[in-house]
Amino acid sequence: MVFPKWTNKIPLILLASVVSLLCIIVFAFTYWGSPKNYVVGYQPVQPIAFSHKLHAGELGMDCRYCHYNVEKGRHAGVPPTETCLNCHNLIKVGSKTGTAEIQKIHDAHDKGVPVHWVRVHKLPDFAYFDHSAHVNKGVSCVECHGRIDQMTEVRAEKPLSMSWCLDCHRNPASHIRDRAKITDLAWKPEGDPAELGRTFMKLYNVQPRTDCSACHR
Amino acid sequence: MIPHRDDDPTKRPVLVESSDFHEVTEIIAAPTETKLNTTWILLLMLSGSFLCLMVGLFGYLFWEGTGIWGVNVPVAWGFAIVNFIWWIGIGHAGTLISAILFLFRQKWRTGINRFSEAMTIFAVMCAGVFPAFHVGRIWVVYYIFPLPNQMAAWPNTRSPLFWDVFAISTYFTVSLLFWYMGLIPDLATLRDRANTKVRKFVLSVFALGWRGAARHWQNYERAYLILAAISTPLVLSVHSIVSFDFATSKIPGWHTTIFPPYFVAGAVFSGFALVSTLLIVAREVFGFKKVVRLHHIENMNKFMLLTGTLVGYAYAMEIFVAWYSGNIYERYAFWNRALGEYWWSYWAMITCNVISPQFFWFRWVRRNLIFTFILTIFINIGMWFERFVIVITLHADFLPSSWGYYRPTWVDWWTYIGTFGMFFSFFLLFLKFLPQLAIAEVKGVMPEASPHFHSHDSSNSSNSRH
Repeated sequence: MVFPKWTNKIPLILLASVVSLLCIIVFAFTYWGSPKNYVVGYQPVQPIAFSHKLHAGELGMDCRYCHYNVEKGRHAGVPPTETCLNCHNLIKVGSKTGTAEIQKIHDAHDKGVPVHWVRVHKLPDFAYFDHSAHVNKGVSCVECHGRIDQMTEVRAEKPLSMSWCLDCHRNPASHIRDRAKITDLAWKPEGDPAELGRTFMKLYNVQPRTDCSACHR
Repeated sequence: MIPHRDDDPTKRPVLVESSDFHEVTEIIAAPTETKLNTTWILLLMLSGSFLCLMVGLFGYLFWEGTGIWGVNVPVAWGFAIVNFIWWIGIGHAGTLISAILFLFRQKWRTGINRFSEAMTIFAVMCAGVFPAFHVGRIWVVYYIFPLPNQMAAWPNTRSPLFWDVFAISTYFTVSLLFWYMGLIPDLATLRDRANTKVRKFVLSVFALGWRGAARHWQNYERAYLILAAISTPLVLSVHSIVSFDFATSKIPGWHTTIFPPYFVAGAVFSGFALVSTLLIVAREVFGFKKVVRLHHIENMNKFMLLTGTLVGYAYAMEIFVAWYSGNIYERYAFWNRALGEYWWSYWAMITCNVISPQFFWFRWVRRNLIFTFILTIFINIGMWFERFVIVITLHADFLPSSWGYYRPTWVDWWTYIGTFGMFFSFFLLFLKFLPQLAIAEVKGVMPEASPHFHSHDSSNSSNSRH
């Protein structure tokens, strides 16, 4: 005998470790490599401590006051500095941050340099997405962006992954609402959301596509 | 086991020209136990450099993209697919010999099964690299496996290209297991003969503790039978599925039901041809003439005659159906194959595949090594042309405005030649380091292995051998 008896177990141990290693690798990629893990929670520091909670929540401004393009085009639009100045021309002292943050708007405007807002919600270049198509069919902002009206600093709430898009495209009913409530992020339907959604789906003729060229054009 | 006329030792053809078990061991073990031969080293260096060339060209492809190949619309499948099918076809003889012939109790298979199984495995490896790189983005090749992902994108189970992945990986795994399991008793023989520590250690690892106990043999026979039963349908299914890549499309000349049987026949045809080519050389070089006799060569030639004629019948049937169907596109596809811009490849295919095996009707041709060698080379060339003819049908489909002409680039040619380097590098290593023939199985078909041999011997010694 060249080898002791315990070596008989080596092939089994080897097989078991290879199989479990492969399983671990697949699991690791599925779990940590998923946008659910690395996209959700992304919260970059913005050049100005602008609070959505204050403006959209407490002051009750409509999302479309600043993101005015959302019903007309692909992009909702980041507002130009002038939009801020509509009010901040007169309001120069904030209730929480004093003059420091608001002064930055005036500085940017005086220098003629746009404020370098940091983008939070990104889609890859090969994915086509149109805000107007969604908003006009009764998909509220909250479905993809979460409760922005409660965020002091904006963070990504949803993974924006392909399978996440497809979940809704395949079963849209419970995500469709009255267009009048589109920017009412706190709105909750009475009764079954899917039931109500189906009426609006009929009304707005919602037929989400799930073929490749719907998003990859 | 069902009694068979071959079980009467007096009626058996002589499969091994020796009556001494030890001599058989010596003959087969000798190449693995002698010093490295200069010719062998030079050949390995030559094939190794072609292997490096192949790796280099795949690196170039990785860097540049598939534009360096000649493929383009309308001929989007060029050399890569031609070579893939050619290699995978060659890989069909091994399993046929080791599985189907085993189930049919063809004892002569023992002389050639190890050799052809090794060839199968290396040919499947050569085949596998082509579709892997043909996907264009090799770094996302894992998409072909059903792995969970954030895109909710799964392989299209209705695509024959996806079936291919499983057909070929299953085939490779089963062939490898079959080959390795058959090797275990022989590796143990080599282990017991080993005279250096390293050699003994390595062989002991791979012999998995084989002692040749009756219990071992019982398990071995059972496992062999099970693997043979698993492999038998694979011999037929793998190339059928490869043919579905074409047959399930709607290209005229591809969309035909004859494809699966015709591809399988062609695969076995080319597989036997390459086994024969290599074996004729190996038995001369390594002195296996006592174990691989003319009888074996002749039997393989009969297989080539059968499958070659089947392939010829398929060609005739394709043309007949193209005419009989009344479909003008189908008719044009075949007309164009024979008389169009690629007429030379069609007639090269007909000459090599239909005409050359017909020589095997003559017994003296079947038993003439030089003739056989030349004809097997022709068959291999012919089978390559067959795949070329089929793939290139793409160049003239429905609309004349989209017709084109396919020209392989230098990268196509040298990648193909490079796969020979890969094949022969592995094959030379096999020839040197592993028993090329199945020692234990060859002994099993010698008359001396019969439990009644000695009773014959004592009662009527003239009966025992012929």
